Amino acid sequence: MGTVAVQGLCKSFGKVQALDGVTLDVPDGSFFVVLGPSGAGKTTTLRAIAGLEKLDAGSVRLDGRDATADTPAARDLAMVFQSYALYPRHTVYENIASPLRARRRSSSEIAAAVERMASLLHIERLLQRRPAQLSGGEMQRVALARALVRSPRAFLMDEPLTNLDLKLRVEMRTELTRIHRSLGATFVYVTNDQVEALSMADQVAVLKDGKVQQVGTPTEVYERPANQWVAGFVGSPPISLLACHAEGDRLVGAEGWTLPRPGWTTAQDGRPLLLGLRAEDLSVERRGDASLSGELYGLEPLGDRTVVDVRVGTKILKVKARPTVTGTPGEPLLVTVDLDRAHLFDAGTGVSLSGAGR
Amino acid sequence: MGVSVNEAVSTDPVRDHPPPARRRGGRGRSALEVALLTVLAIVMLFPVLWMIETSIKENRDVYAIPAKFFNFQFTMDHFKDVFVGAGGGRSALSVSFLNSVVVAGVSTVLATVLGVPAAWAYSRFAVKAKKDQLFFILSTRFMPPVVVVIPIFLMYRQVGLIDTELGLILIYAAFNLPFTIWMMKGFVDEVPAEYEDAAMLDGYTRLQAFRRFTLPLLVPGIAATAVFALIFSWNEFVFAIFLTSSDDVRTAPPAIAGLIGGTTVDWGLVAASSVVFALPVLVFAYLVRKHLVAGVTLGAVRR
Repeated sequence: MGTVAVQGLCKSFGKVQALDGVTLDVPDGSFFVVLGPSGAGKTTTLRAIAGLEKLDAGSVRLDGRDATADTPAARDLAMVFQSYALYPRHTVYENIASPLRARRRSSSEIAAAVERMASLLHIERLLQRRPAQLSGGEMQRVALARALVRSPRAFLMDEPLTNLDLKLRVEMRTELTRIHRSLGATFVYVTNDQVEALSMADQVAVLKDGKVQQVGTPTEVYERPANQWVAGFVGSPPISLLACHAEGDRLVGAEGWTLPRPGWTTAQDGRPLLLGLRAEDLSVERRGDASLSGELYGLEPLGDRTVVDVRVGTKILKVKARPTVTGTPGEPLLVTVDLDRAHLFDAGTGVSLSGAGR
Repeated sequence: MGVSVNEAVSTDPVRDHPPPARRRGGRGRSALEVALLTVLAIVMLFPVLWMIETSIKENRDVYAIPAKFFNFQFTMDHFKDVFVGAGGGRSALSVSFLNSVVVAGVSTVLATVLGVPAAWAYSRFAVKAKKDQLFFILSTRFMPPVVVVIPIFLMYRQVGLIDTELGLILIYAAFNLPFTIWMMKGFVDEVPAEYEDAAMLDGYTRLQAFRRFTLPLLVPGIAATAVFALIFSWNEFVFAIFLTSSDDVRTAPPAIAGLIGGTTVDWGLVAASSVVFALPVLVFAYLVRKHLVAGVTLGAVRR
């Protein structure tokens, strides 16, 4: 068993409100990612679960039992820190053995467990070194081994891949997913990297300014963002947002364009809206009836595709196109819009108006 | 000697000159440096040298005019007098040295044992009005001992701590504690709190986490801080002379000072006891010098 549930977490540091009523439900055995920009309260949430942070309000329940007042040791959790926090005076072996030593396991049991971890993470030859003699990737593996050497209730990971170079990060992403599957344990994983969140998570909680914006599967968060902010934060290149309002069967843009009003929207006429268009739902090739006219602003070739920047009025639209696309800046372009996949948000509150209808 | 400390110190800019200027100066410049540094060394070390010389001179050579730098009669009698009394038993001075060892040692241990956990607490925990508290702690060091020695004398008389080693130990520990807390807080701040966080998640209690993972990293800082506290307690004079009177309790500084002031002064004995007095701190500082340098550069200075 390993469910983690937090209810109404509040925590302020001086004048900064780090957590403002965070409520999360982490199901047993899930890979639960807490995603948000820096300063959103992700790490504070994780530290609150671990018992390292004294809360102003709220409760932490582990396996259904109230653990708000428990010490970190009593919570039976393991954590990987962003800085790894390997004990500098101890060898790699002793670092990995530490959770077992704290629990007074026999030395033969410890030796067996450390060997097992070392071979799982391919760090057998590092066991007698000290942390200062390791590379970043090796330290990361040791930190992971120290967490995995026990079978705790849940694993907490605080941006464990952030300090690695890109190639290693991609490798470790796959490896962590593999480890999660083979252990079947609960992972609570904090990151500011939406690619990590979308590629690894069963469930994603998007956090901003100490508040939960949306909880859902990666697909839900990407396809049906709860509000304009989530839509803008998740996805690369970022979603393009255009001010508009509904008028009968048409959407009229602030820049003067008109599009057919999507069937699913129920917004009343005249209400200020934001039309959100993802790069892959726009095209500069197809000719459809729903299109916007603009001019070519710039090209970003990315190898497998090219992102075309198209200026419509004063706004820049990001359009995903084939890598073979060419053009000169300033030339007129027609951008076809897949309105079935477009998003509409209330311009005042940012709340999505498209979620329920589809 | 003819060279003041200021003049000697002014060699520093010469050293700081960019390399071209240095090369133009060539050997002459560096010879000048050597000469000035030699003068500086002589100025600073002369009193120490004279003390050592006096301590090993026969009494008639001590008073010789002109002073004898080299051709004096060598003797170790003064050192014998420091430790062995006139009747053949232990001398009063040797008791004072023992008292100094006990008082300085115990008060340093006390200040460290109390100060290190306090510094850890101030570094790690959210304490109400932390800055005000730290400033208050420091403010106890704003006035020199001589300002408070009379009230403390009166208080000590009430509680019976006058002329006791315990009395000196307590007052020295009290004076060293603020310093210990401040200096150690700098060292604790340098050790990432995440080691303790990680240890607590491993299953240790907060205190175990501190003892097993943070404390070993603080050893250089503790050594540096303890040396400073020890030097203060060892050298302290004002409290010692006011608060103690009997030979059994008196520490070395007032005891040595007490040698001066009779009708005749045995300068050989004064010098010998001063040498004996200076040695322990020198030896101790030498033994922990590695920690001392590491400590001072790692801790208080860099912040």
